[in-house]
Amino acid sequence: MDSVRSEGEAARVKLPTAIKILIAGGFGAGKTTMVGSVSETRPLRTEELLTDRGSGVDDLSGVEEKKTTTVAMDFGRISIGDAHVLYLFGTPGQERFWFVWDELALGAMGAVVIADTRRLADCFPSVDYFERRGTPFIVAVNCFEGARRYDVEEIRMALDLGPATPVVLCDAREKESSKNVLVTLVEHAMRTRAPAQEPVG
Amino acid sequence: MTHLSDDPAEEQWLDDEAGRIVRPYVMTRGRTEPSRGKIDLITLVVTTKSVSPAEPGLGPEHHTIVRLCERPLSVAEIAAHLDLPAGTIRVLLGDLADRGVVAIQEPARETDALDLETYKAVLNGLRTL
Ligand SMILES: Nc1nc2c(ncn2[C@@H]2O[C@H](COP(=O)(O)OP(=O)(O)OP(=O)(O)O)[C@@H](O)[C@H]2O)c(=O)[nH]1
Ligand SMILES: [Mg+2]
Repeated sequence: MDSVRSEGEAARVKLPTAIKILIAGGFGAGKTTMVGSVSETRPLRTEELLTDRGSGVDDLSGVEEKKTTTVAMDFGRISIGDAHVLYLFGTPGQERFWFVWDELALGAMGAVVIADTRRLADCFPSVDYFERRGTPFIVAVNCFEGARRYDVEEIRMALDLGPATPVVLCDAREKESSKNVLVTLVEHAMRTRAPAQEPVG
Repeated sequence: MTHLSDDPAEEQWLDDEAGRIVRPYVMTRGRTEPSRGKIDLITLVVTTKSVSPAEPGLGPEHHTIVRLCERPLSVAEIAAHLDLPAGTIRVLLGDLADRGVVAIQEPARETDALDLETYKAVLNGLRTL
């Protein structure tokens, strides 16, 4: 990249486009493992203090309450040429705090929901959330040793997924496998979103 | 204690426990919002000009950011490297942007839509990883 030292040149700095993909799923499903296996560095961690901007009414007391929570997220980076940089965020598993998800999902290209076949129900909240929000997502079935083997159609039925949502089997520890998961997601996101855009050229 | 002076010596009365919460507050002199618009976790930052170590109003954390961002880094990466909450980084970045020391990528998109070329570029990049 050209050096951009002087103030005059600052205006012409060309930064890459940053893209965000979310890696969701239940506790211990393999989110951090997937971020690590496919990113160019080991997973980093960032903390964000988030405030619920909606009308937060406490369930028990009915008193208006402004909810604030600190969430820690694991993330990794994949540089794609000079023009793009992809960030993978392992979402925190705090379904209580939907506003955390809203903040993270804004501007995301799509999401991977990791399903752990030992605890399939743990990924229901993630699936529900992305369906409702309209974020393109796929389900990646992480195959742990000793767990019962499901086929893709069984998983689709169990999660009540529409026919358009891809389901793939994976091993989150393997780079090739995680890469395949991301390729499947981006293809899916392109199919579902790109046609709705202004015609190109 | 309503007034926080600019004197770094004041940090001394903070104990270890309080450090994680109070120090970012001192660093940003109580400001919790950056002086610029919305900066999200994947907003990219690059250093555009060098800055004197004696520049008034800048602390060691500012200078660390200037050094880290010789190559473009996201707010999330800066926060992870400095081990500070992302909100604190936003405020520090505002100080640097006000001085023209860093360039901050345009505010985040309001929608999730990306153009077809972006999808294609990402796909090609992933396939050749
Ligand atoms: N056999 C097998 N083990 C895996 C796989 N993916 C992850 N693991 C292991 O499962 C454990 C949990 O993985 P993590 O990546 O930490 O899961 P996580 O979803 O980030 O967990 P939390 O952040 O705590 O919710 C680790 O010990 C991993 O080594 C996989 O594909 N196969
Ligand atoms: Mg994790």
